[in-house]
Amino acid sequence: MKVLICIGHVPDTTSKIRFTDNDTKFDKSDIQYIVGPYEELGLTRLLELKEAKKIKTITAINVGLKETEATLRKALAIGADNAVRVDANPTDALFVAKQIAEVCKKDNYDIVITGKESIDYNGGQVGEMIAEYLGVPSISSTAKLDLDGDKATLVREIDGGKEVIETSIPFVATAQKGFAAEPRIPSMRGIMQARRKKLAVVAAVSQDEKTKTTKHFLPEAKAACKMVDADNVGELVRLLNEEAKVI
Amino acid sequence: MAVLVYTENWDGKFKKATYELLSYANEIAKNTGNETVAITVGNVSDEELKKLGQYGAVKVLVNKEEKFAKFTAQAYSTLLADAAKAQSANFVIFANSYSGRALAPRVSVKLDASLAPGAIQLPTSYEPFVIKKKAYSGKAFVDYELTGDVKVLTLNQNSFKIVEDTKKIVIEEYTTDVADNEFVAKVVDVQKETGKLSVTDAEILVSGGRGLKGPENWGMLEEMAEILGAGICCSRPVSDLDWRPHSEHVGQTGKVVAPNLYIAIGVSGAIQHLAGVNSSKVMVVINNDPEAPFFEAADYGIVGDAFEVVPKLNEALKNFKAS
Repeated sequence: MKVLICIGHVPDTTSKIRFTDNDTKFDKSDIQYIVGPYEELGLTRLLELKEAKKIKTITAINVGLKETEATLRKALAIGADNAVRVDANPTDALFVAKQIAEVCKKDNYDIVITGKESIDYNGGQVGEMIAEYLGVPSISSTAKLDLDGDKATLVREIDGGKEVIETSIPFVATAQKGFAAEPRIPSMRGIMQARRKKLAVVAAVSQDEKTKTTKHFLPEAKAACKMVDADNVGELVRLLNEEAKVI
Repeated sequence: MAVLVYTENWDGKFKKATYELLSYANEIAKNTGNETVAITVGNVSDEELKKLGQYGAVKVLVNKEEKFAKFTAQAYSTLLADAAKAQSANFVIFANSYSGRALAPRVSVKLDASLAPGAIQLPTSYEPFVIKKKAYSGKAFVDYELTGDVKVLTLNQNSFKIVEDTKKIVIEEYTTDVADNEFVAKVVDVQKETGKLSVTDAEILVSGGRGLKGPENWGMLEEMAEILGAGICCSRPVSDLDWRPHSEHVGQTGKVVAPNLYIAIGVSGAIQHLAGVNSSKVMVVINNDPEAPFFEAADYGIVGDAFEVVPKLNEALKNFKAS
């Protein structure tokens, strides 16, 4: 069983977000980049399945410029067997999905895992688009994955509950919270080994851009918080009713 | 030409969110010289389908076939993409819900369309077509231009008001050829949380953080939720500690919510938490630490011990509701 996991190269969740070039670009200065938190969960679960001998190899992939290799190396340090970087400055989700689908077609992966969304542009599109390019099932917002030979059982979050889904390989699943209990962090040994693991760089295929981000905005500053005395909670009720009109 | 709207139903019924979505789509249809056409899958009565005509739909396509009774993203996206082609739709609009997010990317590939996930308002401009959406998990917004001829959008919940626009609506049974292998992924069980207002549906949310010290102290939050008809949610540490289920976790890596009123009790307001809730219309924070970052983001605040403030507030709310 060969599994491909798509690794997002995203700003650390604690980052203060700023923009540059007349708000057309994200300001990368002082930003620490990490493996996306959902992909971390995805990779962790795949390692558990590999240890249970249900998966043979785990390949990490990213579509990006040389700068994303540090993030791929981190995925290798956590435990992925090898990595692929598609050498391109990704323009939109469709472009990224197309590149990954092309790699899948060449190398025949049985399962593709992505995070449910990147934590920068929050599109949540790439996994489903890859599945569509490959003509295979996609299971979105997956909170559990189990394998039994060629069969898989997944639990997907839906509005107001959960669905249990059975499918067979090949398929694409997008991982969300619950996919693994706690994300693994690289061990010293893992970091040493990662340096020797193979990180292949492949050329991108062409794909027209269908969307573009033209401007970034920060949320408008809020008016100062109105403080209410702890001994006068009735005043809060009055404000919520008369001023804010929400109760 | 048409704006095709995927109107999800729940056991044959539409929700308020369905009408918000339809109203939004209808507004785009009016601005682009299109007709509004709805599509739904499942056993929905004609009476229920006709309700869609009150919000601008001139036609609703309905598929009641047994093979589509359970959701499967691959087959559903073929059904929807084929409907979009048959109706010459230049827009396909979904809710930014679990199923909308599962379908919209596949449909957009099939239609060679541009996709904007998570629109928060009507287009900023139609020529060029620009949608404003959230980015960086709510820490920022972006203008997102769609350059394709066909455009697929998903609309965030609670971001558009219902607008009535009564039309005579035609009900049409609809199907298309879908290969058997598109049904490989099968739903074998559905576990519904019954009797609970879902976190993303609730218009008022009462949220608890680690400041509440333990799961045994959620009673007063449940009481407040009961009084206000609110849903209950929590911060990440609370769900990580298993005090509350993961489905209640709101924040950057949990659910992103936008209720009319968000009441945070014993939640410090870490940047990741705020990212998931800062689209709430009004935020109230109750915390014993006056330095808690949540006070910077909130509209109303009380500095005090939750175990004293919340019971008093519940009394005051009860009296207000009774008056």
